[in-house]
Amino acid sequence: MNNQKHSVLKRCFHWINVPSLAIMAWSGILIYWAHQAYVILPKILVDKLNLHHRLAEGMGWHFLVMWIFALNGLGYCLYLILSGDWRNIFPRKKDFQELLPFVLHDLKILKTGPDLREIYNPAQKMAYTSAILMGAGLILTGAAIFKPVQLGWLTSLLGGYEAARLEHFILLVAIFLFFIVHILQVMRSGWNNFRAMVVGHEIEKE
Amino acid sequence: MKKNKAFLVLGLFFILVIGGFFIIQKGARKDGTPTALRNSFILNEKLWASIQSAKRLSVKKSTPAAGKVPRVNGLVGLKSEIDLTNYSINIVNPDKSMHLPISSFYLLPKIGYTTDFRCIEGWSEETHYAGARFSDFLEAHNLGKKLDGKYYAYVGLITPDKKYYVSIDMESMLHPQTVLAYEMNLQPLSLDNGAPLRLIIPIKYGIKSLKRIGTITFSDSRPPDYWAERGYDWYSGL
Repeated sequence: MNNQKHSVLKRCFHWINVPSLAIMAWSGILIYWAHQAYVILPKILVDKLNLHHRLAEGMGWHFLVMWIFALNGLGYCLYLILSGDWRNIFPRKKDFQELLPFVLHDLKILKTGPDLREIYNPAQKMAYTSAILMGAGLILTGAAIFKPVQLGWLTSLLGGYEAARLEHFILLVAIFLFFIVHILQVMRSGWNNFRAMVVGHEIEKE
Repeated sequence: MKKNKAFLVLGLFFILVIGGFFIIQKGARKDGTPTALRNSFILNEKLWASIQSAKRLSVKKSTPAAGKVPRVNGLVGLKSEIDLTNYSINIVNPDKSMHLPISSFYLLPKIGYTTDFRCIEGWSEETHYAGARFSDFLEAHNLGKKLDGKYYAYVGLITPDKKYYVSIDMESMLHPQTVLAYEMNLQPLSLDNGAPLRLIIPIKYGIKSLKRIGTITFSDSRPPDYWAERGYDWYSGL
């Protein structure tokens, strides 16, 4: 189909991320709860989420689903390179110059938005590219905590074991914020746009 | 029609994922964890054990101030009374068993390292530890090997009261940083940290560094392990 917005492969990579990231975040919190180094989770939340004494279970899920998340991410990166789709996603110089009017229009400060001649506007490109980088960062910092002896070079590169753990945590917060903004933007864009991520293309206006 | 199919496929995918999640969670368990997660631990173990090398060390750190109290975490196996002066350690080699007085460990070459001591809970602490390298101990008493000269596959360690016990693969026990320690942070071991003799194995989580060694066993079948029976990864290698 030549009016396709999202290829089958891209949609697969996208939707596999949803449950794998959800399980990674949840099991990661089970692990984090055993030693809360940065943020003390409120007791109500801990009781509601039933986080007590579930470290072993958290590790079990984390070290299983990490492979799905990592392989899916790797597959997506290969896809971006081989299909040439990276050109649609990675921001170029002009995207940084054109960013402001798009953001102002999104925030409803500018009434008329600039024309979009590509699949993604500059803000989207930057958000999606940073999401890829956050995913890669989560995998690297995670590996550095997971195997600080066998992958000691990586742990040292990231500033040591404690630093890698903090970086892993910060990236979790960052990708969570991305997720929130992503959901809000998808809701604002409406059904047709969401539908395209499922079926591949938007309904053509005839 | 094609459009509805895509929604159907996505819906089916989520049903399968959610169903699969609950089947794993509520289904059969092995040693305190769902079987799928146990198998995943074992697969990870196979992968990481295959790249483990005696040359890859836990990164050296700067030695903390002498006498800085190492964090105490968990007192299972340390609650009974012991006689530190006449302390001896039980060695159970299938063809040769013996009691070694604690003083015999002080005669072996003294080795010290400073590196991160990493707890499975998530905290870590730069710790200096010193004692006899486990491989030196084996060599000095000609232990750990079968009649054909090959090493036993596993080492088991047990506290005198038998309440805490670990088992570790021989390759990790032969790692140069694996030490039968009688000093931490340049001070003699405290009772809470496992006096008179404990294991420190920095290439594994702290759950494997058993305090107050009462018995050391060698075997080709895996001896029991306290935390592996309670849902944790048996290998716990770093």
